[in-house]
Amino acid sequence: MASLLGRFCRKMVVPGSAHGGARLVSTTTSCESETVKSLNLYSAINQALHIALETDPRSYVFGEDVGFGGVFRCTTGLAERFGKNRVFNTPLCEQGIVGFGIGLAAMGNRAVVEIQFADYIYPAFDQIVNEAAKFRYRSGNQFNCGGLTIRAPYGAVGHGGHYHSQSPEAFFCHVPGIKVVIPRSPREAKGLLLSSIRDPNPVVFFEPKWLYRQAVEEVPEHDYMIPLSEAEVIREGNDITLVGWGAQLTVMEQACLDAEKEGISCELIDLKTLLPWDKETVEASVKKTGRLLISHEAPVTGGFGAEISATILERCFLKLEAPVSRVCGLDTPFPLVFEPFYMPTKNKASFFCSSVSSPSKTHTFSCRH
Amino acid sequence: MAHLLKSSSSKSTLLNIFRHNLIFGSPNHASRHLPHNLPHNTRISPNPITRLCNTMVDTLSHEDTNRQVMDFPGGKVSFTPEIQFIPESNEDRVPCYRVLDDNGQQLTNSQFVPVSEEIAVKMYSDMVTLQIMDNIFYEAQRQGRLSFYATAFGEEAINIASAAALSPHDVIFPQYREPGVLLWRGFTLQEFANQCFGNKADYGKGRQMPVHYGSNKLNYFTVSATIATQLPNAVGAAYSLKMDGKDACAVTFFGDGGSSEGDFHAALNFAAVMEAPVLFICRNNGWAISTPTSDQFRSDGVVVKGRAYGIRSIRVDGNDALAMYSAVHEAREMAVREHRPILIEALTYRVGHHSTSDDSTRYRSADEIEWWNKARNPLSRFRTWVESNSWWSDEAESDLRSRIKKEMLEAIRVAEKTEKPNLNHMFSDVYDVPPLNLREQELLVRKTIKSHPQDYPSDVPL
Repeated sequence: MASLLGRFCRKMVVPGSAHGGARLVSTTTSCESETVKSLNLYSAINQALHIALETDPRSYVFGEDVGFGGVFRCTTGLAERFGKNRVFNTPLCEQGIVGFGIGLAAMGNRAVVEIQFADYIYPAFDQIVNEAAKFRYRSGNQFNCGGLTIRAPYGAVGHGGHYHSQSPEAFFCHVPGIKVVIPRSPREAKGLLLSSIRDPNPVVFFEPKWLYRQAVEEVPEHDYMIPLSEAEVIREGNDITLVGWGAQLTVMEQACLDAEKEGISCELIDLKTLLPWDKETVEASVKKTGRLLISHEAPVTGGFGAEISATILERCFLKLEAPVSRVCGLDTPFPLVFEPFYMPTKNKASFFCSSVSSPSKTHTFSCRH
Repeated sequence: MAHLLKSSSSKSTLLNIFRHNLIFGSPNHASRHLPHNLPHNTRISPNPITRLCNTMVDTLSHEDTNRQVMDFPGGKVSFTPEIQFIPESNEDRVPCYRVLDDNGQQLTNSQFVPVSEEIAVKMYSDMVTLQIMDNIFYEAQRQGRLSFYATAFGEEAINIASAAALSPHDVIFPQYREPGVLLWRGFTLQEFANQCFGNKADYGKGRQMPVHYGSNKLNYFTVSATIATQLPNAVGAAYSLKMDGKDACAVTFFGDGGSSEGDFHAALNFAAVMEAPVLFICRNNGWAISTPTSDQFRSDGVVVKGRAYGIRSIRVDGNDALAMYSAVHEAREMAVREHRPILIEALTYRVGHHSTSDDSTRYRSADEIEWWNKARNPLSRFRTWVESNSWWSDEAESDLRSRIKKEMLEAIRVAEKTEKPNLNHMFSDVYDVPPLNLREQELLVRKTIKSHPQDYPSDVPL
């Protein structure tokens, strides 16, 4: 984990103003000397929310149990600092939370709403798909709700069962007009969340709840943003490209290390933004390595991996030396006691990686998969 | 109750009940309801309700429990010794506020907000204009010149009188049967026509079906066809107005059908909790496409739902422009001054079909439609009142009608021959800036058009 998170310099953007439109003022890298603090992921989110509220008086944070700090503590201290008019509890009603957020954003505010678990975002699906995503387009840009950011913890957590484990990102990647962002680490979470909040488009921001406390990283204390729709090569290699996002990158990093022991050089890409996604970075990598493995926790059928796979086949067909493979969640509801079997673990990923040296395995794996 | 008692038939429980006189207030009650051959020495029931009853009994004093109250979130709750369910409805339906009778005569002692001659004449003129606009657009659709249309026939008073009672700074989150609000605020017939024909002057850039109007300038958020989704949006906007200390409220419209949607309930609850200055105006016109209100809800309409959420509510005769004006005016005052939501149920009738895709005589009688159109016509009622003030005449009426007809025909002529929006507007405004995938897709579409130009509409500029 630490090796994945701490080793790479990343491009970061220093905000030019509180508003997203004019933020590309200067870039720096996180390797430069700066005040950093060791933070876990929920604390990094909390820091980003503090900055968002501090830098824009027209910003609001709300959702179920947000007032006392949220069930994952991401909103700790915000109500005390910024007052209950700007940071508040809402009734237990996701469509109300998002619908209210859209109206608030449509009046020129930044509405950062929390859906307590991504598993509970579905009542708000209509509001996200038919209101938020189409608000600008249907009005001919007379109105927009670009100030809306929907935060939701997603993914497995070891004991979450059906309703505290889901990864619903693919549903939202089918909706033109919104952006879908998933960070992999505390540093990324802070920078990407600030970008999402300040982006002039509505953003669905899924937070890997497994990492809320587990992932600890040096996080710059200042206000910084990481650009959306830019993937990052977080590990360079020549034999195979691995693409993922969020908590799954930790698993994939382990698979890369295992493969390295077998002499296989893996390139690992964090997609970060799923919609609109950075095809070019993935394409360039696959053209170099000739192989692609996509991995996500969500069920394989209809998952976002399918979209990446199809796109790369269209663009890199003649460069591919093996079928594109997906190591993903299975097509079952998220199964409590069977979670270790369901998960797209490093063993499953390593199986594919090691096929680079013995191609027959690829075929076997794909068929079984 | 018999069931409950049977399950709580431990001797000690019953003794407690009698001793504290808790559940039954009088011996008469007890003798009427209690089973006489109760088993003795039975074990304490595992029934959780029974246990709860026991606990409550134990914790109460020996005083007359009728006078006791319980501290509970939201305020003190008094106890009652009677098993009394709140009835599903009041014996009498909630009365409907009106100022004018069916013939347009002012009711004696009616309360209403005074309307000046200027406002009254504009209200009536705009109601007539709306009706003529609907007629001509409807006919244009029948002739195949428009793809779709939905009229507001029968609901002209709700449209215009509510708009007249609001401030132009109040932000509107409409459904699709309130174009009169836009008309009142100055949207021109040409602007309506441009939207319906989806030409390049349409603010929506030709992307939505006819009647999906919107105007930033006039604080009228663009219509979406989804039902009731605009209600929670209105609450969020209202909260923003409150936070900014504006002398304005948000106003949202919806129908009887819309009150069944989850978003209606979400919005009312949020508005009450957030103390948002928002008016919920329900046009209860009796029909959601073909579904009558008897298949929509079992409550006394929509007005009673406000109270469950802690919202002041009023039922108004939606075909009485003066009543509509007064109710909305008063509601707005309360909303803005006291930071609270108000629910208005306007009783009306959808005299037109749901839309041009609907023939409503398949599910309701032509006589019913005609009766509402004649006996409760909102225009003729208001005209009678305006005329009784000597503010209107037959001459003014015929001048207005011929002028509006002429303007409408001209607006349609111009809108029809104005070219469509450029193809690039298919790709703009999805995001603030088109991302790579949209730029690629635009190139591909243009390439395809180039090789098969005959297969694409020639009136869309490339």
